[in-house]
Amino acid sequence: MLSTSDLRKGTKLMIEGEPHVIVQFDFTKPGKGQALYKCKLRNMISGALFDRTYRSGENFEPASLQECDMQFLYRDESGYVFMDQKSYEQVTLPEEALGEQKYFLVDNMEVKILMFGERGIGITLPNFVNLRVTQSEPWVKGDTAAGNNKPATVESGYTLQVPSFVEEGTLIQIDTRTGEYVTRVKE
Amino acid sequence: MEGNWALTRKRPRLEQRARIVQTIRSFFVQRQYLEVETPHRIPGNAPEACIDAIGSDDWFLHTSPELCMKRLLAAGYQRLFQICRCWRAEERGARHLPEFAMLEWYAAQCDYHHLMAECEELLRTLVPSGRLTYRSRNIDLSQPFERLTVAEAFQRHARLDLRQALAAGRFDEQLALHVEPHLGQQRPTFLMEYPLELAALARSHPARPGVAERFELYLGGMELANAFSELTDAGEQGRRFGVEEALRREAGKPPYPVPEKFLAELAAMPEAAGIALGLDRLVMLLTDAEAIDQVVAFPPELL
Repeated sequence: MLSTSDLRKGTKLMIEGEPHVIVQFDFTKPGKGQALYKCKLRNMISGALFDRTYRSGENFEPASLQECDMQFLYRDESGYVFMDQKSYEQVTLPEEALGEQKYFLVDNMEVKILMFGERGIGITLPNFVNLRVTQSEPWVKGDTAAGNNKPATVESGYTLQVPSFVEEGTLIQIDTRTGEYVTRVKE
Repeated sequence: MEGNWALTRKRPRLEQRARIVQTIRSFFVQRQYLEVETPHRIPGNAPEACIDAIGSDDWFLHTSPELCMKRLLAAGYQRLFQICRCWRAEERGARHLPEFAMLEWYAAQCDYHHLMAECEELLRTLVPSGRLTYRSRNIDLSQPFERLTVAEAFQRHARLDLRQALAAGRFDEQLALHVEPHLGQQRPTFLMEYPLELAALARSHPARPGVAERFELYLGGMELANAFSELTDAGEQGRRFGVEEALRREAGKPPYPVPEKFLAELAAMPEAAGIALGLDRLVMLLTDAEAIDQVVAFPPELL
């Protein structure tokens, strides 16, 4: 069983027999009062979103989902297609099941697919991915103050904040868990 | 290898934070407050049902410097302030860190009205224009701050009135989910006159039975400080600690030793008022930061 201290963004719970994932999480507590855990949950099968507030002391059944090692093959109109490299079985995930993670998928990337019975319902990416910056304003000379950042778009269409010295064409590393810039990649 | 970008990008806010702390120090020094440091690691905290300490061998990290500060008051120190780190177990969210910075100040021969006035002056010193923009909302600091009783606030914003909420054990839920988001939006709000059972270390209001002289300060829906006219009746304080400690043990929490030195010296403490203000949250408000992570260099996940 899980307790409220296990709740965070990404925690997967069983609610009424169906797996749910916490997509937004906030801990709140009036100074001298009881802690409240505000969650936005997504039903991993239907995709439905809803809010729930839990209090300390409540328990949860973890969603024990089978994870399969798979490789990303391609995207078509039905969704994102992955293949188990041992059995050659293929699984297709609809775009909604990926959310922002779709921006971090690279051809042939090895990922873990979360299975609920025969269905692929979610994905675990490698923690870091390298993507090339395709669009960003040039660095203004003399703008050297530490901490200066600017928006940049990478090849997958994802936009994030990067340090001002990152230029178009630069390969950068992104943390797939937070979606944030980590470092430039030497080529 | 380039530096850690998550740290580098915090620099403008960390620089502002350092200036804010300097301004706070001069504010209190000019008002004849003595800056003190008390131990972070203590035998036990004041027992409170919903505040959990982090253990350190068989002692605890303090959740607030309150007990030591009051022992100094009892020894004749009139005006004291401290900026220190405090620890509270399992508190982590957009406005909570398990290790956070606290500003506490105490004034002898004063009550909580004095602290409200001082909060107004401190914030106006930190924001000389009197106009604060937080999360694209303008908060006017130049006018007297709003003073709102807990009962009025529940009447206005909660789904249950105060009496019903207390009876149903839903006070905190109603406060956090329905009341707090409305507080301190046009100007800061002092939420005041708490039910006595929710103020284990506060003096009861002389004219209003069942009410404590306690307030919390809110800006932009965020709780910033908690204050009260201090309870100085050692017998009454011992009884209230007993109630809170029983609640803690019932919930399976590690027992605290009875703070005997504190209780013995409390009898010598003059009438006084004290306040604890979350320094990280103050920096959030003054630097328009959405999350507490943005105003400290190292949230625990970055260690």
